[in-house]
Amino acid sequence: MPSAPKSRTGDYRPWPDDKPIVSLNDVHKSYGMVEVLKGISLDVKKGEVICIIGPSGSGKSTLIRCINGLTPIQKGSITVEGQEVNDPKLDKLSLRRKVGIVFQQFNLFPHKTALQNVMMAPVLILREPKAEVEQRARALISKVRLTGKEDVYPGHLSGGQQQRVAIARSLAMRPDVMLFDEVTAALDPETVKEVLLTIKELAADGMTCILVTHEMGFAREVADHIYFTDLGVIVEHGAPAQFFTNAKDPRTRQFLSQVL
Amino acid sequence: MFELIAPFFRHLYERTGLNFIVFYDPHEFGRFVAGISISLQLIFWSLLLSLVIGVVGAWTQRSQSAIWRGCVHAYIQAFRNTPPMIQLLFFYFALGAFTPSVDMGGYTQPIISSFVWAVISFGIFGGAFNVEIFRAGLDAVPESTLEAAESLCFSRWQTYTNVTLPLAFRISLPALTNNLVSLAKTTSLAYVIAVPEMTYVLNQVWSDNINVPEMMLLLFLYYVLVVTLLATALHALERRLVLPGYGQ
Ligand SMILES: Nc1ncnc2c1ncn2[C@@H]1O[C@H](COP(=O)(O)OP(=O)(O)OP(=O)(O)O)[C@@H](O)[C@H]1O
Ligand SMILES: [Mg+2]
Repeated sequence: MPSAPKSRTGDYRPWPDDKPIVSLNDVHKSYGMVEVLKGISLDVKKGEVICIIGPSGSGKSTLIRCINGLTPIQKGSITVEGQEVNDPKLDKLSLRRKVGIVFQQFNLFPHKTALQNVMMAPVLILREPKAEVEQRARALISKVRLTGKEDVYPGHLSGGQQQRVAIARSLAMRPDVMLFDEVTAALDPETVKEVLLTIKELAADGMTCILVTHEMGFAREVADHIYFTDLGVIVEHGAPAQFFTNAKDPRTRQFLSQVL
Repeated sequence: MFELIAPFFRHLYERTGLNFIVFYDPHEFGRFVAGISISLQLIFWSLLLSLVIGVVGAWTQRSQSAIWRGCVHAYIQAFRNTPPMIQLLFFYFALGAFTPSVDMGGYTQPIISSFVWAVISFGIFGGAFNVEIFRAGLDAVPESTLEAAESLCFSRWQTYTNVTLPLAFRISLPALTNNLVSLAKTTSLAYVIAVPEMTYVLNQVWSDNINVPEMMLLLFLYYVLVVTLLATALHALERRLVLPGYGQ
């Protein structure tokens, strides 16, 4: 186990490029008697974009939620920058500062404007100076192409716009890894493009991304590596070119024939 | 003020027999003003107490302890399903009998006055409804919004104060307005334990002066005015706090 760099509160050293920034090893997760994840192992290197695809109920959301400690696992290990997520002594704050997550349902704070949504966590939790945070928040809002919408409430934004505010809100905490759980599934086709473009730019900037998606064309385009899950296990994985044209497992082939 | 209106109402009485004595007789005017003051204080403190009970009760209902939850449930059942006047009489006569009195030099006075009993009684009565209202508001805050806060490093307490409460309060507000307005009206029952609020005072005035219809009318208008003001204020608050683009 490599020694972890200190959390950002101390003297921060960037995570080395050659070691996996997120590493899952034989992860088992059950809800009551139902085992949802049955031994998942995968590594994500810094700057890599991986896509997880698979049929509904195969445990993709559960996997994402385990990575930032929203739900505990029963067996195996998950590390983020060398920090064990499942450690009961884990400082959740220091983990979650490294890991941003964007959900299918946006989950913006409806009583705050777009700008306030983005500023809230850095001001409230990191206690960073308000002026500085505001400057950064405005830059992020412009980065997700929402300049002019700073003072609009989520209820008055389209789904795609809300989702991009949600992405900016996560980025405001300056995460090292971004998790996206079917972030375009609740959007109409027109707005899907805007959101995918934002994610694509983020990936191009070198952000480490773990994406759950049903957008196969997008996965093929941005992903460095694709994982296909079914019934709580990784059935098959590979680089997109090989994965989409040369899938070996019959389950993968059947799934791809349905979605492509 | 009094000097301005007194001649008109005296004149009205002399010409038509309509006896609004509280507007031209200084003594009765004093009683009337005192009645307004007591009545408004009674409304204020009763609503405030009911809100405090509502918040604490709703909080307690979500506690881990089944005993505490059971207590709150029993309280709600008891006080929603009995008439407020019976509750008031119960507090004043049943519990009031056991509270000590203090010697005021020649006469004794109970530590808890009828005014305070009325506030306690109405606060507890309205609070029983407020607990349910706040709880519904808390339940209506989506779990996924709270999870988003959690993943942004909010602690439980930070999530509660910055997300849960502001949203729950907004969701609760329409139902809360109804209940508070209803409670404000209920405070007129305090006359049965001789709290010298508006109803009680005007009752005395019409007994002394045999002008029941006029004082009845006045009492009626008084409550129309107070309740309208309260409802207007609460609706203005609702509009100010409305979640833009949600639920309308
Ligand atoms: N909180 C929970 N309690 C109990 N069971 C759950 C819970 N969350 C998910 N599950 C179950 O775990 C399984 C995997 O769910 P998950 O949401 O991870 O699937 P998914 O791959 O994300 O599906 P989808 O593509 O529909 O989003 C499902 O059978 C689901 O019913
Ligand atoms: Mg899912």
